[in-house]
This record gives sequence, structure tokens and C-alpha cells, in this order.
Amino acid sequence: MKGTVLPAWELPVTPTLVVSTAIATRDYQDVHHDRDLAQSHGSKDIFVNILSTTGLVQKYVGDWARTVIGPEFVVRSCALRLGAPAHPYDTLSFSGEVTDDSDGMLTIDVVGRVVSTGPTNGGDHVTAKVEVRR
Amino acid sequence: MSASVDSPSSVEPVETRSHDWIMAEAERLKAQGETEPRLARDAVSQPIINAWLEAMEETDPRFADGVAPPAMAQVWTMPGLRGSRGASDPLSGAMAMLDAAGYTSVLGTNCDQVYERYLRVGEQVSVTTRLDSVVGPKQTGVGEGYFVTTRNVWRVGDEEVASMLFRVLKFKPRARVSTGATDGGGPDRSQIIRPVVNRDTEFFWEGTRHGELRLQRCNACGELRHPPGPVCPVCHAMDRGHVVASGRGRIFSFLVHHAPKMPGRELPVTIALVDLEEGVRFVADVRGNPEDLAVGDPVVVGWDKVDDELTLPIWEVAR
Repeated sequence: MKGTVLPAWELPVTPTLVVSTAIATRDYQDVHHDRDLAQSHGSKDIFVNILSTTGLVQKYVGDWARTVIGPEFVVRSCALRLGAPAHPYDTLSFSGEVTDDSDGMLTIDVVGRVVSTGPTNGGDHVTAKVEVRR
Repeated sequence: MSASVDSPSSVEPVETRSHDWIMAEAERLKAQGETEPRLARDAVSQPIINAWLEAMEETDPRFADGVAPPAMAQVWTMPGLRGSRGASDPLSGAMAMLDAAGYTSVLGTNCDQVYERYLRVGEQVSVTTRLDSVVGPKQTGVGEGYFVTTRNVWRVGDEEVASMLFRVLKFKPRARVSTGATDGGGPDRSQIIRPVVNRDTEFFWEGTRHGELRLQRCNACGELRHPPGPVCPVCHAMDRGHVVASGRGRIFSFLVHHAPKMPGRELPVTIALVDLEEGVRFVADVRGNPEDLAVGDPVVVGWDKVDDELTLPIWEVAR
């Protein structure tokens, strides 16, 4: 399956998404739910926490794996490199490609880009390598 | 590198600590090895799993039926709203040490998780943490800092179920580059240097307000030209009109401007010379990460509205 491209996923980042994922991951740092405090720390707004990025990357890969590999696939590992923050009113645009397929293990490279409304923001929010066992 | 700034710290440095002091403290924290296992407050439970599924729009049917998403390993041992990681936590220790040395800002750079197996409802995990490395000082895009890497292991009893390598950059934020900064962060855009609008150029700025990229055209010979001026460089006629460009072109050249400061602007900015489809060369800022740009890339014009009077054209990479 090497070279297989995953269908893109466009996720609108809303205040509700940022807050609900932060609380679902039990991450109560103020920068993930309190805009006033986030801004007082120098951020332009609240932003998605790291563990939620991990969860969203695995949801993206999982939706594809379930239909293509089957319902019993297993995520073995997930390595993230973090970049631009994802703020409300951005869009997270996920893309992915199978970069290795050997010994029953697929490696999927995922990029989550921030598409921002601001003039100087944007760029890669996350680049990830996810290993999935058939 | 932009900021995924988790837990910015407000601790002020009490004195200037040396690199040698930092490395000695790091060695001391590393020598402590793995912390004692800290037991999760609660066992793995379906209601907490369901909160995750809802928030992430995760629909894997296994997770609705007693299996936890593997990335939730960390959730079970998060300190929560009132808890703490404990005084002996090496990540907290390394953060406090670098705070004391003046490296007061933090951003996450890497999070690598490995799952030995999925957890099931009813299991109760514990976590251990050790400091893996402190590397620096490094000059980075956000300022000078140290990379701090910790390693967590989650276990059920003695069985390892998941592990995580977590790296943060602990850095001294550089002085804000833009001028006219507001307390809310980000530059005060009312300070932006405004273009000179005169008889030769007002059609152009009226166009940007309406989302049109207008190019001057000589009514006598039809030559297109930019920037606008009074006289046709080809036939020397002074009879000027304009056309609306398609807004598409390719990057001829670009640069990333880091200094000097620009009023009302957050630096760095990327500025590109673009060959328009109409054959005219045009300069404007580029949205997005300059590392993704290359000469020849197709771009399309977008609009950066500064206020009701001024809208600047800005290039966006066409995808």
C-alpha cells in the first residue's frame, strides 16, 4: 500500500472544539479554555492542546484504516512534531500518505496544516508518523 | 517554529544562572532516574472514554464498547483541575530550573507515543517519569533555549502498556520585534505604513478594497504596467486606464524580512516578486510558512483588510 494517499480531512477549529478536547483529555491549562488568560500569556487566543492533536491525528488515520484495512487494525505508535498553534477560526487541514508497508506494519505520514485567517499565521500545526498494524 | 505554548510560566529569574549550573542541575535530575509509580485517580471508565469520543468525533466502534483509545493512556494520569504532578516530578523540576535561569517560556516540540496494547474499562494505570536529556543552549526561531526531553511509562501492575517521549523547548522569548505592540499580543495594525494614494494610484487601492487586482493599461498602445505611473514607458502617452488581473501568477523570487522593525507588522514577513499571468511583475507579502515556498510556485492573490480604507494584496500559495 506504499504510496497510498489518505483522503483529506478539513476540521474547522472552533472554541468548542478547543475547549471540549482539552477537557476530554483532562488538560486544564488555562491557555486551552480561557481566552483572556491565553492572551495575557502572549497567545492570540486559546489553542488546541498537544494530547488533542494526538487524538485528532489518530481519528484521521483510524477512519481511513477502518475502511481500508478492516476494523481490527491496531495503532502501534504515533510520533508528533509540533509547529504552528491551532486557534479558533482556523481550519486544520489533514493529509496523509502510506510511506512504508512491511511485515504487517503500515507507516502513515500525516500533516495537519493550519489554514488561518491572519496575514502571518498558518503553516504546519503537526507532522506525524503513525504506525498501524494490520 | 511557531508556538504550541503550553503552560507559559511567569516566574522571574532571581539571578543569572550559568550553563554549567543548568547542566549540573540536569545531571542531578537525571540521576534521580524514574519516579515512583503514580497511580491514576480513577480506573479506565466508559464515561471518560465517551467524552473523548464526542470531542474528537472518534467513531471507532471498539471504543464505544469497553476499549479505550490508545492515545488516552496519558489521560488517566493527568493531574486534573486541582491535582499536581508532585514535587519530585522531573519535568516540573527541569522547568523550575530553567525558569530560574531566565528561560521562562515553553513550547512543545515532540510527542512520541508507543502503545503496547489497548486499555480496557476497569484497568487502573500508573505512570513513571524520568528526565532523559537537557540539550542546549540552542538558537531557535523563537529565541535561545534548551530542549528538555522526558520519558513516561504507563503500566498496569508491572506490565508496560504505553510510553511517551515528550520534548519541550524552554526558551528566553526574544524582545517583540514589531513596534506598536498592544497588550493583547500582536502588533497594532493601525501603525502600518500606508501607501501613498494619488491620481496615479487611487484606482489600484480602490480595486483592492473591492477584491480586484487592477493593473494600469495605456489606453493609447495597450501596454500593461505596474507599479502605476503617469506615463506609458513604451509609447509615452499619458492616457491611462486599467484592467482587472486574474490574480494568478508564479513566484519569480522571494525573501524573508527579519529586520529592521516595521511599524504595525509582526516579523518575519515573506515578500515575493510574482510574475502575473498578464506578464507584469508584482510585489506583495506571502501568507504562510516560507519553508514551504519555492521559486516557480503558483500563487493566487488574497486580501488583507487593514481597515475600511486600506486593503493590502497578499499572495497565497495555490494548491
